[in-house]
Amino acid sequence: MGNITLKNVSKSFGSTTIIPNIDLNIEDGEFVVFVGPSGCGKSTLLRLIAGLEDTSGGTISIDGRDVTREAPAKRKLAMVFQSYALYPHMTVAKNIAFPLKMAGEDQATIDKKVKDAARVLNLTNYLERRPGQLSGGQRQRVAIGRAIVRQPSAFLFDEPLSNLDAALRGTMRLEISELHQQLKTTMIYVTHDQVEAMTMADKIVVLNAGNIEQVGSPMELYKTPKNLFVAGFIGSPKMNMIEGAPAEKYGAKTIGIRPEHLNISTSSGDWKATVGVAEHLGSDTFLHVQADDIGTINVRADGEVAVKHGDTVYLTPDKTKLHRFGADGNSLAA
Amino acid sequence: MARAVTTQHKTIATAAAWIVALLIFFPILYTIITSFKSEQEAIQGFNLIPSGTFESYSEVQQQSGYFKFFFNSVLLSVGSTILALIVAVPAAWSMAFSPSKRTKDILMWMLSTKMMPAVAVLFPIYLIFRDSGLLDSRIGLTVMLMLINLPIVVWMLYTYFREIPGEILEAARMDGASLWNEIIYVLTPMAVPGIASTMLLNIILAWNEAFWTIRLTTTNAAPLTAFISSFSSPQGLFWAKLSAASTLAIAPILIMGWFSQKQLVRGLTFGAVK
Repeated sequence: MGNITLKNVSKSFGSTTIIPNIDLNIEDGEFVVFVGPSGCGKSTLLRLIAGLEDTSGGTISIDGRDVTREAPAKRKLAMVFQSYALYPHMTVAKNIAFPLKMAGEDQATIDKKVKDAARVLNLTNYLERRPGQLSGGQRQRVAIGRAIVRQPSAFLFDEPLSNLDAALRGTMRLEISELHQQLKTTMIYVTHDQVEAMTMADKIVVLNAGNIEQVGSPMELYKTPKNLFVAGFIGSPKMNMIEGAPAEKYGAKTIGIRPEHLNISTSSGDWKATVGVAEHLGSDTFLHVQADDIGTINVRADGEVAVKHGDTVYLTPDKTKLHRFGADGNSLAA
Repeated sequence: MARAVTTQHKTIATAAAWIVALLIFFPILYTIITSFKSEQEAIQGFNLIPSGTFESYSEVQQQSGYFKFFFNSVLLSVGSTILALIVAVPAAWSMAFSPSKRTKDILMWMLSTKMMPAVAVLFPIYLIFRDSGLLDSRIGLTVMLMLINLPIVVWMLYTYFREIPGEILEAARMDGASLWNEIIYVLTPMAVPGIASTMLLNIILAWNEAFWTIRLTTTNAAPLTAFISSFSSPQGLFWAKLSAASTLAIAPILIMGWFSQKQLVRGLTFGAVK
């Protein structure tokens, strides 16, 4: 079981408030991603749940048990750190065995569990090596191995992939998702990368300046962002934000339209524009166009689109996918 | 542009280095030479060639019994070092990984105690030792040496511990390690090189400590420093015997220092360059 509830949780360091007040419920077995720009308090929130930082106010409960004042070890959570945080003086086997040894398990059980974890994570041939002799991806797998052997009620991941190169990041992302499918254990994953958030999460928590901006499934956040911040943060390339006359036409202070929801035509449309740089990715083409009276707009067109720098084009937003925001930055009801 | 180093430069630099090293080492060398002279030879003036007699050594041993002092020196230096580490490891741990606003001040204050001349507290300490019956006791002196060197031990360990990433200790905490398990299984093994060089340096400092060891002992707890000073007696100076005693006193620590010089240099320059 791994139901985690945060009530009125706050955290300050001296006079600096990192997290003013947060309520959050994480269901058992959910894959929850905390996402936000750096300094938004997402790592601090994770460390509060882990017990590595003390809360300044509020309560944290795991499976209905108040753990706010409990030591990290007592919370039955496992954590994977950005720097892997492996014990450099121990072999891979001893690293994985460490939590079991601390729990006082007998040697036969430890050996069996270490072997099982190593098999799952493809580490069987590396058990006698030291962390220094492993590659980044292998180290991260050892860190995950150390986390899974304890059978914790939840896993906490603190930007675990940000030290890996792009290709490896993609592979490890799949491995962690696969692991979640196998174990069905609650996972809380912190990242600043919205692609990781979108691809892995059951539920995304978007944080900004210590506040939760929105909680929802990836598609909810994509389709119905509650405010400008979420709209701008989720989705790649970023949503185009347009103010002024074109927005007023729709009765809003700001309108947002995703690059993939713009129709591009060389003959007619709502907004006249001039093509700037065109990035051909093969499957898609990202166009940076300069629209009259609006400014730069990003358009995602299909790979075969035949426009070049300096061409005049016409853009038409898909009205059903248009987002309207009021003066306070919040989304206006459709 | 790299500086041009010619063979001639190198030869001069090497020669200069040897001269400086010899100058520094000369007093010790002359002590060793003198210890192989007879008393007559020793007072006859400067002479680098001894007759090679061992009579001073055998007389020194007969007169005072070297091994009792040697045993005390080992006991005091090793004992005080172990005691200091027991106190300093947790202290340095808390300062390195759980610092408060005042941690820097405490470190400075600890170091400032080393700036005070020892003689300033001779009187009160002597009285405390006398009144609690610790004069000439091995336990009293071990505690005294431990206290004297504690600031340096804490400082050195603090510097080493600061180099250990905090996340690794946090990982241990998440893995269910208690505070002691964290220190025993994770911190200490990672800090072994640092702890080893701290230990070596502290043993040397304690071994060479002469101010308190001479003043607070008479016979029972007296280490080799007292053994040497007993040969500058009221009967007059016996240079050869004094030299033999000195040689015997510094030999063990010199040999230990020679074998552990790699660790020592690392300890002394640690943190100097990051």
